[in-house]
Amino acid sequence: MTTQRTSGRRKQAMAAAAVVAALLTTAACGGGGKDSDNGSKNGAAGFDAANNKVAQANLVKKGGTLKFAAPQDADSWDTTRGYYGFMWNFARYYSRQLVTNKTEPGKAGTELTPDLATGLAKISDDGKTYTYTLRDDITWEDGKPITSKDIKYGIERVWAQDVLSGGPTYLKEVLDPKGEYQGPYKDKSADKLGLKAIETPNDKTIVFKLPAANSDFEEMLALISASPVRQDKDTKSKYGLKPFSSGPYKFESYSPGKDLTLVRNTAWKQSSDPIRKAYPDKITVKFFSNANDLDARLIAGDYDLDLAQTSLSPQGRSTALKEHKDNLDNPVSGYIRYAALAQNVKPFDNIHCRKAVLYGADHVSLQTARGGPVAGGDIGTNMLPPGIPGGEGQKYDPYGMAGANKGGNVAKAKEELKACGKPNGFKTKIAVRNNKPAEVATAESLQASLKKVGIDVDIDQYDGAQNSSVVGSPSNVKKKGYGIIIMGWGADFPSVQGYGLPLWHSKYILESANNNYALINDKTIDGLFADYTKTLDDAEKTRIATEINHKVMEGAYYLPFVFERFLNWRSDRLANVYTTDAYSGMYDFVNLGLKNTK
Amino acid sequence: MTELSKTGAAVGEPAPAAGAATTAFLEVRDLKVHFPTDDGLVKSVDGLSFQLEKGKTLGIVGESGSGKSVTSLGIMGLHTAGNYGKRKPQISGEIWLNGTELLTADPDQVRRMRGREMAMIFQDPLSALHPYYTIGQQIVEAYRIHHDVDKKTAKRRAVEMLDRVGIPQPDKRVDNYPHEFSGGMRQRAMIAMSLVNNPELLIADEPTTALDVTVQAQILDLIRDLQKEFGSAVIIITHDLGVVAELADDLLVMYGGRCVERGPAEKVFYEPRHPYTWGLLGSMPRLDRDQQERLIPVKGSPPSLINVPSGCAFNPRCPYADLPKDNVTRTVRPELTEVGSRHWAACHMSQEQRERIWTEEIAPKL
Amino acid sequence: MLAYLIRRLFAAVVMLVVIVVVVFSIFFLIPKWAGVDVALSFVGKQADPAAVEGVRQKLGLGEPIYAQVWEFFKGIFVGRTYSGGGDVTECAAPCFGYSFRSEQAIWPVLTDRFPVTLGLALGAAVLWLLFGLAAGVLSALKRGSLWDRGAMIVALAGVSLPIYFTGLLSLAIFSYGLGWINGEYVPLEDGLSGWLDGMILPWITLAFLYAAMYARITRATMLEILGEDYIRTARAKGLREPVVIRKHAMRSTMTPILTMLGMDLGALIGGAILTETTFSLPGLGQAVLNAIKNQDLPIILGVTLITSLAVLIANLVVDVLYAVIDPRVRLS
Repeated sequence: MTTQRTSGRRKQAMAAAAVVAALLTTAACGGGGKDSDNGSKNGAAGFDAANNKVAQANLVKKGGTLKFAAPQDADSWDTTRGYYGFMWNFARYYSRQLVTNKTEPGKAGTELTPDLATGLAKISDDGKTYTYTLRDDITWEDGKPITSKDIKYGIERVWAQDVLSGGPTYLKEVLDPKGEYQGPYKDKSADKLGLKAIETPNDKTIVFKLPAANSDFEEMLALISASPVRQDKDTKSKYGLKPFSSGPYKFESYSPGKDLTLVRNTAWKQSSDPIRKAYPDKITVKFFSNANDLDARLIAGDYDLDLAQTSLSPQGRSTALKEHKDNLDNPVSGYIRYAALAQNVKPFDNIHCRKAVLYGADHVSLQTARGGPVAGGDIGTNMLPPGIPGGEGQKYDPYGMAGANKGGNVAKAKEELKACGKPNGFKTKIAVRNNKPAEVATAESLQASLKKVGIDVDIDQYDGAQNSSVVGSPSNVKKKGYGIIIMGWGADFPSVQGYGLPLWHSKYILESANNNYALINDKTIDGLFADYTKTLDDAEKTRIATEINHKVMEGAYYLPFVFERFLNWRSDRLANVYTTDAYSGMYDFVNLGLKNTK
Repeated sequence: MTELSKTGAAVGEPAPAAGAATTAFLEVRDLKVHFPTDDGLVKSVDGLSFQLEKGKTLGIVGESGSGKSVTSLGIMGLHTAGNYGKRKPQISGEIWLNGTELLTADPDQVRRMRGREMAMIFQDPLSALHPYYTIGQQIVEAYRIHHDVDKKTAKRRAVEMLDRVGIPQPDKRVDNYPHEFSGGMRQRAMIAMSLVNNPELLIADEPTTALDVTVQAQILDLIRDLQKEFGSAVIIITHDLGVVAELADDLLVMYGGRCVERGPAEKVFYEPRHPYTWGLLGSMPRLDRDQQERLIPVKGSPPSLINVPSGCAFNPRCPYADLPKDNVTRTVRPELTEVGSRHWAACHMSQEQRERIWTEEIAPKL
Repeated sequence: MLAYLIRRLFAAVVMLVVIVVVVFSIFFLIPKWAGVDVALSFVGKQADPAAVEGVRQKLGLGEPIYAQVWEFFKGIFVGRTYSGGGDVTECAAPCFGYSFRSEQAIWPVLTDRFPVTLGLALGAAVLWLLFGLAAGVLSALKRGSLWDRGAMIVALAGVSLPIYFTGLLSLAIFSYGLGWINGEYVPLEDGLSGWLDGMILPWITLAFLYAAMYARITRATMLEILGEDYIRTARAKGLREPVVIRKHAMRSTMTPILTMLGMDLGALIGGAILTETTFSLPGLGQAVLNAIKNQDLPIILGVTLITSLAVLIANLVVDVLYAVIDPRVRLS
């Protein structure tokens, strides 16, 4: 989803950790059922039992309280404003969309399925008109029906960025690329439904008219920011404190940074909802400020799972792997960790100098710096996550990063340096966020391996919270000489567009908050994206996605480190657990259930 | 000089047999107070003996570090009380007070005697009085330790005592804090506190050193008057012979933890028989002479109490150290020998030599 | 005394104004010099220009500092209305600002979290005074003994070990390990036993650190006081030793302890960041840490103000107490 702003937890690795870890190891023996009885009624389901498959679906009982523990609060629980991955996942408890991702494990989760709508869109031949009909019996938490106008109003809120900042703006860009609409709060029309691109001929029908076709449009409608919002319940900037529910659960209480409780929305009808099972009676979230404490309480069985779903912290990880491996899943996360080579910093304007870095890097060492094969992930060999249509994983490895050159190929790197006109190497700088220990570790690994080929690298750690103005400003990057920028990226929706457009398209080279750090300005790539948005055929879309990835790799703009993996905890009580690629390898929250409802 | 007591028998003979009771009111026999330190054993007092009768005043004179204060604290038993974890001083000898040997007595018995039978006045009344309690509270406390009376009665007594030591408006001043008093008034209050229980022995440790010259005389007069009134025995400890000149019946001069000369005050003043006493007399400021010219300071610095010079402890500073034969001043420790009636001095020089030097060289310069 | 208090209060108010100005400057000027756009960190990764502009307006980034400071102070007395983009947010007096990150007025956040921190600080203070003073006095009186050495080694450990470590250790042993304590915070209004269960480990952890410091200070002060002339005087009066210690030595020893206590309590009431973080206590310290992570300036500003206020009040109280204990202070 987002660039994982969620992870504040890894920074907690302190010297004390080792000793505490040892204590935790012995301390944790008391908790949980025995691990030998794999998949038993009370015990854990087994290692990777819920990774891309459903664990213990038949043991689920209706009722009980599902308990989340979270290392931090969401950016906002307002459906328009949230951007954190776990927020999108969690928001399906209290919000519904026209279409949504299938509640199925792994890659199947990336496919769309109708939710409020009776079916997927009827798309016109030119790909510019999308028409949906709404189901019967769909209701708000006060029992009133959800209408097409509510959906339109909810989507219109994306235009009110000056009030509702924070969320994704794809819908705005696709439906109103010229920015003509001012948003519902400045809307002069009486019903505040002035957006021309959406029509609501009656309460059951909604029609989207795109100025230009975009084959991922329906993916964008599956985003949480396309949820309906009822105008009389819109508290504007304060909506996130108590969103008005369209889903099976509603907010009972929320105290920012402290706790959140959802209870059943009695107005919601199971018959109206094809995907949500709504097993537990109650869902609680407790926010922790100490990631180690959080992990220890997960392991002790006080909580069922981590809301953030970004792996256990190092101490908890080692304890869990040793003592409770059956409670763990190790899915591929959908994030790629990488270094971008900024073309506006010499000599990275020359492809051979970029290739020298790709060949010179020790990929195994970079993987280790990320946490190794389990906690870090598989060595990254290209820039499209394996879970996204068109992604090939390690099968596509043009530079032998996971193969022949995985330990770094000094000879090849020196050859490229010669071709670049820098036979004796050169000097450059790595920009890395100071609040991400794993990123700093990769920077140090890179520094060490590049030294061997004669590339002399300084590491510059900057305030991670400021990345959009430090490395997000190409002029600043040039001024500071940040040739190598370390970052990570996940897809907002599972497609090459949802992942790569901001990274690789020339249109996305921005003066600030730029994410195209490499400053890729390649007509071929831009053209492929244009083709992609016009293509409705899935096989063709997949082919183009693969080709875009190849073009990016051929340009040697990026040095991928890992296809990241998570190591996530699932309590003994959880049933019907599975990871989904729709939410970057997290457990699919919406259909989690409990074996024991007490 | 005022009239001195001619009959004072305060200074006793050299120590009689150890352990035998004494008829004297206060008798100190061969007192040794040694402090173990990391650098070695500090022999602050190393074999001191004297006697003191009721109603009499003994002046103990010497430089700082000569062992005067250590002696007084030793009598009060304050070396052992409240000694927290510091190395315990080694104390030997005997201290008889009114028939009780203090060193071997039960510490609580000694405590009960403190303040009641023996009291002490300290050098700096500002630091010796607790800054957080009123003068009255402190005197009341001192009284009630030894008298089972209520606070009101004790306070009346405090006012009475303050009045007695010459503090004006004592009923008001009793509620003042020490910092609200002037230096002289503070010392008067201190004296009032130490006398509140009518102690039979009063030890005044440098009672006037911290005070102005004019106030000094008043305080000394007060001590003398009070002694007459209460009939106590008084020990005045000072480095300044001038302080005890008018007050003491007997004088004891200490050097390096030992007594080098003692005797009736007029003897020690007019016929001193130890070169160190000459030095002390020489460094006494006199208002009637030009100090620049007259002062005969004792050259050099006080001896180390860890490595006391062999022979006569004073020999490194003594201008006459070479007069006795065979280098005896540097090898043999001189014993106290009688040089007159009840007058002893510890010096290797012959009587005649000393008489001659005193009358011909020293006295004229004073 | 009254004039003295008024003077001190006036100085405190001036101090608060200075603090507000300084904090404003830090948060608005320094990023400007560093070439960092604060607004950018508030919007999503797509950084829609309207969103950036909206944030700028809400945070008042466009206005000069003095105007911001003025608005802030006015808000405390008459409340504030934030409006922009068709959205109106009321912040009732006393308005200590409004967090656009979590969409809350600051004052309720402060009043909600203050009792947690206060409970933590006061409870811990009782413990550390009890144990710190006792250990310090005993060590002083038994100087050089096994007890003294042992206590001082423990105290050194207490001072040196980070709260993060001792806190986790106590959780690992008593909560995850032995299971005697659950150790999760429960508000007092939800039951005394739950609250105590949640507070006991933070209290002990915090008290361990401070008791260690207080033991060391108490010991050193006590030893110094025991060497004072007036202690000798007290003994010379014939006072029993326990009375000498209790009545004469302890009272003087309390003076520096009290000063420390005032400072420490003041600082802690502003938020025991580490302790609250380690034990996930929803107090001011946790709020400010989250706010720093999220660059939530209004909360940082509010907590900073409350902290300053707490420190200033604590100082005032200490000064008054000082005068009660030490008559010499009353004069000046």
